[in-house]
Amino acid sequence: MTAQSVSNNPLRRIVSSIGTSLRLLTYNRVGFIGFLAVVAVVLLSYVGPVFIPLDTKTKIDLIYHTPSMEHILGTDHQGRDIWSQIVNGGKGVIYVAFLAALISTIIAVTFGTLSAFVGGWLDNLIMSLTDIILTIPQFPLLAVLAAFVSLNSLTFLGVLMGLLNWPALLRAIRSQALSLKQRDFIEAARALDLGTWHIVFREMVPNMMPYIIVSFTLGMTSAVYQQAGLVFLGLVPISGGNWSVMIQLAWVRGAIFSKDSVWYIMAPILAIAIFQLALITMTRSLELIFNPRLRSNE
Amino acid sequence: MTTTAGVSPSQTTTGGDSGAFLRTVWNSYILRKLFRTFITIFVVTTIIFFLIRLLPGNPIEIYVNQLVVTYGIPYHEALDQAAALFAIDLNQPIGLQYLSYLQNMVKGNLGMSVLSPGTSVTEVIVRFLPWTLFSVGMGLLISFVIGITLGVMMAYRRDSLLDHVLTVFSSIMSSVPDFLVGLMLVVWLGVQWKVLPIAAMRGAYSSGMQPGLNFAFIQDAFFHAALPVSTYVLTSVGFWMLSMKSNTISALGEDYVTVAKARGLKESRITSAYVGRNAMLPMFTILTIRIGFVVGGSLLVEQIFEYAGIGRMLGQAIGQRDYTLMQGIFLIITFSVITANFFADILYGWLDPRIKVGAQE
Repeated sequence: MTAQSVSNNPLRRIVSSIGTSLRLLTYNRVGFIGFLAVVAVVLLSYVGPVFIPLDTKTKIDLIYHTPSMEHILGTDHQGRDIWSQIVNGGKGVIYVAFLAALISTIIAVTFGTLSAFVGGWLDNLIMSLTDIILTIPQFPLLAVLAAFVSLNSLTFLGVLMGLLNWPALLRAIRSQALSLKQRDFIEAARALDLGTWHIVFREMVPNMMPYIIVSFTLGMTSAVYQQAGLVFLGLVPISGGNWSVMIQLAWVRGAIFSKDSVWYIMAPILAIAIFQLALITMTRSLELIFNPRLRSNE
Repeated sequence: MTTTAGVSPSQTTTGGDSGAFLRTVWNSYILRKLFRTFITIFVVTTIIFFLIRLLPGNPIEIYVNQLVVTYGIPYHEALDQAAALFAIDLNQPIGLQYLSYLQNMVKGNLGMSVLSPGTSVTEVIVRFLPWTLFSVGMGLLISFVIGITLGVMMAYRRDSLLDHVLTVFSSIMSSVPDFLVGLMLVVWLGVQWKVLPIAAMRGAYSSGMQPGLNFAFIQDAFFHAALPVSTYVLTSVGFWMLSMKSNTISALGEDYVTVAKARGLKESRITSAYVGRNAMLPMFTILTIRIGFVVGGSLLVEQIFEYAGIGRMLGQAIGQRDYTLMQGIFLIITFSVITANFFADILYGWLDPRIKVGAQE
C-alpha cells in the first residue's frame, strides 16, 4: 500500500474529516454543550424506553398531578406518567427528522456541487428549478399534500419532507462549492482530467463535509418543525407516544386552557424546543469553524 | 456573463432589431424576475391540477361517485355539478380541461366551496386574506427593523453583556417553532398568569365592530393582531439579529472600511454608508426566503390564536377536506409569497446595482 492509495480511500477521508470536525467542535464551549445535548436526547429516546416503559394505565385518582418523586413531570389527563411519555416520544420525532434531513442533504449535495462545478446550462437549469421550489411556501404545500395522500407512516412522512426540503440547502452547498472550485487543488484535479464524478465526489464533497453536516442539522430542525406542525393540524394519523402527538392531544382536548395541566402541555413543548436548540447551537459552533473572522474574536 | 458585457456597449451585432430587442428583454433584471415569477405560478397551478384531477382517487372522482351513489344523481349531472364546483369543464379531453382550468384561474374564478354551498372561493379569500397580510406584514416589518438595529449594535459591541444576552435570547427564540411560542403565550399569559384576555382577543376584530377607517376600528384590529404579530416578531427577530451581526462583522473586516477609517471619515458615516449598507444587502435575499416561512407559519399560529386569517381558513379547509377552498387558498398564499419575493428582488436590485448587470454570482 502506497501513501497515495491510502489518501484516495474516500471512506478514510470522510472519517478523518468527521474526526477533524469533532475536534474543532470542542473548541467552542456553547457548541460543544449543544452537541452533548443532542447526544443526550438521542440516547434518552433510543435507550431510555428500555428502562422506562410507556405508562398506559389510566389512573383516575392521579389526573393532572404536579411533579413528585414518583412522577417527576407529573401526570396527564388520564393519570399517566408524563416523563415516561417524553422518554418514549422522541424516537419517532428524531427518526423522521433524520430521514428527511438525510434525503434532502443527499439531493442538495449531489446537485448543488454538480451545479457549481459543471456550470453552464446545467447550473441554470438546477438553479431555476431550485428557485421555483424555494418560493413555494413549504409548510402549506406539505399540509395540502397531506390532504391528498395519507401520511400514516413515519417513513413516508420523512421521505416526503426530504423530497421537498432540499432547495435552501442546495443553494448553500452550491455557494460553498463555487468558492471551493476556485481553489488550487480543484484546478489541479481538472488539469489532470480526473473526470467530473471523481472531482465532485472525491475532491469537493469530502472537503465540504463539515459544512454538509451543518446543512444536515439545519435540515433536521426544519423537519422537526414541519412534522410537529403537521401533527398539530391533525394531518398525521399517528397513534402512540410522540412529542408532537402529545402537544396535539393537549390542544384538541383543551388541556392548555386548564390551569392544572401546565406540566402536561409544557413537557413536550420543552422537549422539542430543547432538541431544536441543541441542534442549532451545535450548528452555530460549526459555523464559527468556517468563518475565521468570527473565530478570531472568541 | 462575459458575452453580454462584450456585446452590450454598441449595437453592432448582426442579430438585427428583433435579436437586439430579445437580448435587451433578457438582460432586463425586472423582466427576467417577472418571467421566473410566472413560471413558478404556472408550476404550482399545474401541481394542483394534477392533484385534484389526475391522481387516482382524486377529489373530483370521489365527489362524483358520492353524488351518484348517495343521492342517486345521474352520472352526467353529477359530473356537471363537480365541474361547476371545481371550475374545470369535465366533459372535455384532459388537455383542454387543463387549459380551461388555467383560463378560469386567470379570470379569478377559483370554483365554489364544497362544504359551504353558495360560497365562492374568491369570496372567502377576499374576506380573510387582508388580515393575514396585515399581521404577517406587521410581524415581518417590526422584527426586521428591530433585528437589524440590534444586530448592528451586537456587532459593534462584541463580547459586551448586551451581545451575550441577545445572542442567547435569539438562539433560543429562533430554535423554538413559532406555533409552540404562540402556544406558550396562550398557556402562560392567558391561562396561568391571566395577564391577557385570550378569549376576547380571538378573531380579526371584535364582533359588532364595523370595519372602516376610524380610530376605534384600527385600535381594535391591532388589539386582535397583537398576539400573532408578537409571535412572528419573537420568532423572527433572533434570526435577523444573528444574520445582521455576522454580516456587519464581515463588512467591518473589508478593506474599504479600513480605507474609510484611514481617510478620517466620521464614525457615523462609516457605520451607515460603508458598513450598514453593505451588511444590509444579503438580508434582502434572506427576506425572500423568510417571507414564505412566516406565511407558512401563519397557518399554525392563526390556528392557535383563532385569528381570522387565510392561514386558519386553510387549516380548516384541509381538516375538512374542502378541496376547492384548499386549492384556492394555497394558490393565493403561494401567489402572495411569489409576489412578495418579486418585490424583494426588485428592491434588492435597486439597492445593489451590481446584480442588475446580469452577472450572477
